Amino acid sequence: MPSPRTATYRAAVLEALFSEMHLDDSVILMGEDIGAAGGVFKQTEGLFAQFGGERVIDTPISEAGAFGIAVGAAMTGQRPVFEVMFGDFITLIMDQLVNQAAKINYMSAGQFNVPLVLRTAVGIGGNLGPQHSQSLHAWPVHIPGLKVVMPSTPADAKGLMAAAIRDDGPVVFFEDRMLYNLRDEVPDGDYVVPIGRAEIKRAGHDVTIIATGRMVHIALAAAELLAKEQISAEVIDPRSLVPLDVDSLVASVKKTSRAVVVDGGYRQYGVTGEIASTITEHVFDWLDAPVLRVGAADVPIPFSKSLEPLVLPDARRLAGDAAALVRGLR
Amino acid sequence: MSTSLQTTTAASAQSLPSVQEALRLLYLMQLIRTFEEQVRTLYSGGMIAGLVHLCAGQEAVAVGVCSLLGADDMIASNHRGHGHCLAKGADVARLMAEVLGRRTGYGLGRGGTLHIFDAANGNLGTTGIVGGGIPLAAGAALSAKRRGRRQVAVSFFGDGALNQGLLFEVLNMAAIWRLPVLFVCENNGFGEFTAIEDVTAGADPIARGLTFGIASEIVDGMDVLAVRAAAQRALARARDGGGPTFLVCNTYRFGGHHVGDKQDYKDDNDAKAWRLKDPIERFSRWLQDSGMATASAIAALKNDIDEQLRAAIDRAKAAPFAAADDLGIHLHA
Repeated sequence: MPSPRTATYRAAVLEALFSEMHLDDSVILMGEDIGAAGGVFKQTEGLFAQFGGERVIDTPISEAGAFGIAVGAAMTGQRPVFEVMFGDFITLIMDQLVNQAAKINYMSAGQFNVPLVLRTAVGIGGNLGPQHSQSLHAWPVHIPGLKVVMPSTPADAKGLMAAAIRDDGPVVFFEDRMLYNLRDEVPDGDYVVPIGRAEIKRAGHDVTIIATGRMVHIALAAAELLAKEQISAEVIDPRSLVPLDVDSLVASVKKTSRAVVVDGGYRQYGVTGEIASTITEHVFDWLDAPVLRVGAADVPIPFSKSLEPLVLPDARRLAGDAAALVRGLR
Repeated sequence: MSTSLQTTTAASAQSLPSVQEALRLLYLMQLIRTFEEQVRTLYSGGMIAGLVHLCAGQEAVAVGVCSLLGADDMIASNHRGHGHCLAKGADVARLMAEVLGRRTGYGLGRGGTLHIFDAANGNLGTTGIVGGGIPLAAGAALSAKRRGRRQVAVSFFGDGALNQGLLFEVLNMAAIWRLPVLFVCENNGFGEFTAIEDVTAGADPIARGLTFGIASEIVDGMDVLAVRAAAQRALARARDGGGPTFLVCNTYRFGGHHVGDKQDYKDDNDAKAWRLKDPIERFSRWLQDSGMATASAIAALKNDIDEQLRAAIDRAKAAPFAAADDLGIHLHA
């Protein structure tokens, strides 16, 4: 048996891009500074040298127009991977995403597809302040017609990017930039993770922690802390927010009777609320406690070094919340 | 106004149409006019839900441009788009069915007048977002350029879209990437209910194109031959790798923003003066003066179109509305 190969999250996404661009000439990349510069996070490094400016297209700082052009290209035979440098900037392309990309298949009764990936880096860290730190994935998940994925590991990042590129509709791909240097096992060669399947990251029986993106790692650390207190936590990663693998989440909560949903986006009207109410609708009779929502503090993400770390829960805080739930203190 | 600006008239047209082509131009313009008149009647009779925006008066722009396009050339239309669809080859009955919201329409009646897509004829859709189709056309041009097959894309938009930031972004990218795309501004003088001069800075809309170094022309949009000639120049440029063109076609909306608009904001004398420039009457006269068609041949053509529309309406009216099962299909590809 060959020893497992490891790669960073950043490199894993790049592997998928290289591989899909080799396989399919219609795959093109568009975004700011993604060409010779290789991307502000080095997330497209080497692609320009390999595939040239015709397929790795540097756009002006014109997110709305450039994304609209990507939509038009997708309608006419290309498979664009469009990069929005920071997730905060998806606000600039919302019209083209919501009113065009998401609806064209439906409005045209299947005459036109929009096989497009919108990739964007989200997450808190590095003191980038209120306009470069948000995780706005709760925006596109509200819009019928879009798929939304959020890989938490290098392997999933590779496999879900390949699946997103091969999907015949628009897929929004959220990468937490604080995971870019995370190193883990990544399968070699062609590797696809189907969109819409959750994964149990750790088995347990007292409480289910449903965690997305980077919060999966906080949840796994919290599960370690809980184990020391004789609380067995199951950690499950939906991986795709739309479609959501409701069956897997429901099966887990039926087993544990308690659930905490933790996500890096804002809590108010957020992803945690949607998942919590979905679970409650399905397993109300099995629940021993209300489903708990844990998200980012509902404030603009502060620049301040003293305040930024308070926005997201750490493992200790999450473990404390989960323990209180299990002990009936919440 | 810039010195590089060119104006075109029928007299300066590069290549005049053959008799067959000329009759096709008249046919398409009259088809659009009759279609719009019928839609107005159907709307007034309560047969059409929602709002409908008609293009009567503006036929020469859609026809002058689209009559030169092949099926694999793409267009992106706007909210006043029945003319673009028909000029690009849409099936009359299927189009009418969509406007009437019937299942036999282009989008199963789920899109309606504002969301008509016709892939077989290279139509990327009408749209309810002012300026929303502009980047789609540029994206189709990007695809065409990659394929290297001399295809072009055309974006039709009104003067209201001149003040959308999206237009500026896309003009810039079309210019730097030399995309084979035509930006066709149908300047009918009003963005919805507001006169262009009240909301638009600059001497003339053509400056919007010139400022990006894009070849730009002001065109008499009531003269189908002038539009055709300008489009010929633009298409040749696009197909030969010369990049985009910006055409400002000055025209007039004979009706309101939508059917039912009282049009209090219009000047009566102005409206009368524009009516005298009716593109169909004008071209009909030209056809007769140049000996290409007789008055009776033109009358016969109009009768044929009336017949065609009657049949299309009968078919559309007889068609069912979408079934409950149609609600959720085509959500994902």
